Amino acid sequence: MSTVRLLVGTRKGAFVLTADGKRERWEVEGPHFAGWEVYHMNASPADPDRLYASQSSGWFGQVMQRSDDGGKTWDAVGNEFHYEGEAGTHTWYDGSPHPWVFARVWHLEPSLSDPDTVYAGVEDAALFRTVDGGKSWQELPGVRTHATGPSWAPGAGGLCLHTIVLHPNNPERIFIAISAAGAFRSDDAGETWRPINRGLHSEGIPDPKAEVGHCVHRLAMHPSRPDVLFMQKHWDVMRTDDAGESWHEISGNLPTDFGFAIDTHAHEPETIYVVPIKSDQHHFVPDGKLRVYRSRTGGNEWEALTKGLPQGDCYVNVLRDAMAVDSLDSCGIYFGTSGGQVYASADAGDSWNAIVHDLPPVVSVEVQTLP
Amino acid sequence: MIRVVLPGNLRTLARVGSVLELEVVGPATQRSVIDALEAAYPALRGTIRDQVTKRRRPMIRFFACEENLSDESPDEPLPEAVATGAEPFLVIGAMAGG
Repeated sequence: MSTVRLLVGTRKGAFVLTADGKRERWEVEGPHFAGWEVYHMNASPADPDRLYASQSSGWFGQVMQRSDDGGKTWDAVGNEFHYEGEAGTHTWYDGSPHPWVFARVWHLEPSLSDPDTVYAGVEDAALFRTVDGGKSWQELPGVRTHATGPSWAPGAGGLCLHTIVLHPNNPERIFIAISAAGAFRSDDAGETWRPINRGLHSEGIPDPKAEVGHCVHRLAMHPSRPDVLFMQKHWDVMRTDDAGESWHEISGNLPTDFGFAIDTHAHEPETIYVVPIKSDQHHFVPDGKLRVYRSRTGGNEWEALTKGLPQGDCYVNVLRDAMAVDSLDSCGIYFGTSGGQVYASADAGDSWNAIVHDLPPVVSVEVQTLP
Repeated sequence: MIRVVLPGNLRTLARVGSVLELEVVGPATQRSVIDALEAAYPALRGTIRDQVTKRRRPMIRFFACEENLSDESPDEPLPEAVATGAEPFLVIGAMAGG
């Protein structure tokens, strides 16, 4: 029977949760890196035992960890992240120029084919890559040095490159998203980039339809249709059918279209999931009810999924990297909350269980479906 | 032989006990001690001082002989008692944060 392994990053360490294909009984290992923030852990699709973790701390900075045995043991690898050449400036919260300074790794995206190659999205916004299993990291400077870079300003969480989506068949094509610059696409394996934000509308910037400046929170793609992307923006849930050339809104009947996480069903490319959050001023779910919303129509028509989720006095948040989907049939959906719960659904969202209740605030959730 | 005491999180990261003993080449200074520490325990690189600027990280302090040496020059000789191993060189995580 298959095994499912969840990689959970929290504000105070990392946890590895495993279950068989029934996804009813879970074993919890951890905390790994206790006391450190683990913004993200992710696994190589080419070698499921090869894991990478971003471990950081306000005291001790950034440490990178690698496991070759599925998360049982870990070793620190390279943690030097140097911007290429003159780092330059971006725009600070008050509008003044501010030097580009490395703070932390937000997101790790392992290559689809090579366990030693991993992309890292960092704060202040830049894209790095290792091709030696994490021993060394090199910047792909075309992102940071984009002509619009000096105008990028941080979101509340910092100027972070938090989303990296690799095309399943075309290694030249990569999508990224930056808060608060927007979405970008490369068609030459990360060498050069262009903004793909046409159709986005953000009231919080002087020109709501500007080329850059949009606070994109997350992108999701179903690998069977790599030209279709779904976006949870600061406000608005969006969709493109042409690889980002144009976007249109699909928020439809959502109770609020603010949120962070968005993901697609493993086997139904028109089925998508979001967790609406009340607003940018609140950062908790509306009406005290934790509800995942599912659209089976590629957006606009949404149904609330509530069975097994708290429907009163609940005021948690679900962050951008904290939702994941396994590839079993029926597919499992997982998400972690700021309250330290990780919820799992083994029936594509119809019903939910909290598989852990009391972890530190959850920052990220990834899932592996193992044979 | 220089004795170094690390904060708990860095002991775990470096997989060491409460007190480290280091051979330092040349005069014992903050720089030579941290150089020796990072050479012996590569996992600590970047956690005590910035890898590019070599400056002490803002929330790290260096204490020895009941003195705060944090703001002294990294090339200033450490107290004799530290250089001889009679007193440890303390790397401290500032009391802050949650």
